Amino acid sequence: MGPASNVRSGRNWLVIALPYSWLLLFFLAPFALVLKISLSQSALSMPPYAPVFDWSDDLRAIIEKLSALSFDSFAGLFNDSLYVESYVSSVIIAAIATILTLFVAYPFALAIARSSSKLRPILIGLAIAPFWTSFLIRVYAWIMILKDEGLLNRFLLSIGLIDAPLGIFATNTAIVIGIVYSYLPFMLLPLYAAIEAQDPALLEAAADLGASPARAFLRITLPLSMRGVVAGSLLVFIPAVAEFVIPDLLGGSDTLMIGRTLWNDFFLNRDWPAASAAAIVLLLLLVAPLLVYERVQLQDQEARR
Amino acid sequence: MRAGASLARTGMLVAGFAFLYGPMLLLVVYSFNASRLVTVWAGFSTRWYAALTQEAQLMASVRVSLLVALLSALIATFNGTLAAIALVRFGSFRTRTIFAGAIYAPLVMPEVILGLSLLLLFVALGIERGLWTIVAAHATFTMCFVTVVVQSRLVGFDRALEEAAMDLGAGPARTFIAITLPLIRPAIVAGFLLAFTLSLDDLVIASFTAGPGSTTLPMRVYSQVRLGVSPEINAISTLMLAVVGLALLFFAALSRQRGD
Amino acid sequence: MTQGDPLVRLDRVTKRFGDVAAVDDVSLDIAAGEFFALLGPSGCGKTTLMRLIAGFEQPDKGRVFIAGVDMTDVPPHRRPVNMMFQSYALFPHMNVEKNIAFGLRQERASRAKIAERVAEMLRLVQLEGLGKRRPDQLSGGQKQRVALARALAKRPKLLLLDEPLAALDRKLREQTQFELKEVQRRLGTAFVVVTHDQEEASVMASRVAVMRAGRLEQIGTPAEIYARPASRFVAEFIGDINILKRDEEGTREIATAIRPERILLESDAGGSPNSLAGIVDDLAFRGSDTLYRVRLESGTILRVLAANSGGRDAYRPGDRVHVRIPPEACIPLSH
Repeated sequence: MGPASNVRSGRNWLVIALPYSWLLLFFLAPFALVLKISLSQSALSMPPYAPVFDWSDDLRAIIEKLSALSFDSFAGLFNDSLYVESYVSSVIIAAIATILTLFVAYPFALAIARSSSKLRPILIGLAIAPFWTSFLIRVYAWIMILKDEGLLNRFLLSIGLIDAPLGIFATNTAIVIGIVYSYLPFMLLPLYAAIEAQDPALLEAAADLGASPARAFLRITLPLSMRGVVAGSLLVFIPAVAEFVIPDLLGGSDTLMIGRTLWNDFFLNRDWPAASAAAIVLLLLLVAPLLVYERVQLQDQEARR
Repeated sequence: MRAGASLARTGMLVAGFAFLYGPMLLLVVYSFNASRLVTVWAGFSTRWYAALTQEAQLMASVRVSLLVALLSALIATFNGTLAAIALVRFGSFRTRTIFAGAIYAPLVMPEVILGLSLLLLFVALGIERGLWTIVAAHATFTMCFVTVVVQSRLVGFDRALEEAAMDLGAGPARTFIAITLPLIRPAIVAGFLLAFTLSLDDLVIASFTAGPGSTTLPMRVYSQVRLGVSPEINAISTLMLAVVGLALLFFAALSRQRGD
Repeated sequence: MTQGDPLVRLDRVTKRFGDVAAVDDVSLDIAAGEFFALLGPSGCGKTTLMRLIAGFEQPDKGRVFIAGVDMTDVPPHRRPVNMMFQSYALFPHMNVEKNIAFGLRQERASRAKIAERVAEMLRLVQLEGLGKRRPDQLSGGQKQRVALARALAKRPKLLLLDEPLAALDRKLREQTQFELKEVQRRLGTAFVVVTHDQEEASVMASRVAVMRAGRLEQIGTPAEIYARPASRFVAEFIGDINILKRDEEGTREIATAIRPERILLESDAGGSPNSLAGIVDDLAFRGSDTLYRVRLESGTILRVLAANSGGRDAYRPGDRVHVRIPPEACIPLSH
């Protein structure tokens, strides 16, 4: 009855202080640092940037320096075709891969959700079990399959379907395959949850009212699973845009994806301000779909009220 | 009509699971290949497994990975559970939005950015990178997963149970230990396992925050994979898959037993 | 506790949730050993009032005294009252014995004493032999008994029961009502039961408080409240009733309430001045009695309850009848 207004339930402030201070130190502070360094000049020292702020600065010095901030790194990002192309091609590759994942996952999720209630938990468990295994290993398996002298080409050559290797490895196609494969469980779970939650009587009612199975699917099942579609797509799209391992292992040397460009700038070119600025732009890029998701969820909550 | 639908469903399930498990299965099969040429079958052999034991660096990285996973999962479970309690039980407090944001952000934050920002922190503070910096980094990014798992359990928690305990004379601390903790323990254990697995699997964040003497297993595997396919990697991969597979079977059996 | 102090005294207690006053300036005394019912529709504040006594809520205004001691700021685990929860709130990870023993262990009772009291409680609620069961292995009725045993194990002076029978099916509910009364009588513990069911309150309680929108509408014995409801709300909430509005004295509208069973149904007026002519509109045969809807010449519909004692002719829809209302059956309602 009423909201729990019990002031005595032992609100121990340590409960909040411990995780809070951990996050302040290891999450929020590093973040401020990224921002700071993105506004610094690149330098050939160690660390490879000339700091704008010093820990010993007093307030006046900070204000003075604020007016002399360097937005060179950000300007550089947009003048540097490497970065612009990386962002664009990351988004394109991630979008294609997300759509493909959806097309693979939807019938799969539907098949699982329409199985007998005894089988269902086992099937969905099996379908998301690969999530627990090493990401690296699952990507590696595709190198073995897709390489020119890999299993797929050997098989196709041996049965005479092709007479030269397909040459998929080290292309964007390989990256897309890698993303679809690796992120399939992320798409499956929300889709399955959305389909499984539907009352089977809805389809019976649709059939009773004269809808063919195809029509019933299009008018009932699909619209009612949109929540799962949106959630699953975001769960695949967001990490896929920033993916590093897959483009690095399955992509070619000319593959441009922002996660990899960032990594290279950091470790190979040692341009920390540029990498920091790139990270911040990437983050802003990913906030947009999240806001969409937030809105969808909010509408959903209100609809259920 | 119905038979057709059922056939289509079975076909889809077979195709789906073949896609999910086929590549891993191939990896396992070819780890027992006698030939050094990975994709040419030359008979059954376990020689690559025997070869693994000779690789001291590899064994060292396994130790590092396990230690990092254990320590970081413990810290993440502790912090994540407290954070979940704060979020569910404390209602609104000042800076709650920042707190909640900071907790959930790592869920969607690209690993590259997390790793980069933590590296910058360690450099700025002049901390020498090594095992402990990886532990701190992993504890940070896995904490939110623990929070989500524990939080969902706490939300469904019947507050009347705690009130009943207090009504019967148990103070707040006693109530937490005797009632709340035992009932959310499954979620805490699940959160710990999730954190442990994620830490064990992580390549990107570890690469940013590791020092020269602290190479984790994924980092070691990655550096070898970059050089190309090799039967040794197949063998390590198979072992890693086996460990995870057995653990999953164990927990599936355990939860099934409890369900009855 | 000095002689004459009530067991519980609420002194002008107010509790707000946001803008809503769940409990609004309520004063109430509950005596030791009585069976008291807080009755009202959902949302009337009865549960909040009980939680104020248990200590789960703190009043915004007013004081709560238990056995003469000001307990307003005392947390629930230090109050000498126990509560039986609507959901029972049995600890799912403890067996029946451990559930019952929980309160005793908090006061660090000796092992022997705990064992003895647990056995006694199991006997009291007739659950001997089920001590090792877990809550999820019990039926609804058994869970209810365990909850009762657990709340009584510390021998509180006052037991609060939140909708104790709501989760039971109809048949079991009636049986349990009498069992609760029996336990209460035997132990002499004061019971305060919260319920929305007026029949339940009437069957069990010696005194009933009717609540509405955070305020006490009326306190009295069940018979008093039934016979002389203090307001239209109470009249309509307790039992079936006819409300007649009459514009008397030209200024104030005064309503009169009449219980359906107090109205007599006759085939002719018999010269009585209190008799009104009407037509049977519809009827509902209910076994021991029949409920008639009689349309008077004024158009008003009266509900009349007639016992089916046999021998008398039943009326049928369309029959012309006369209803006689004894003057003493009229309850004037001022608001």
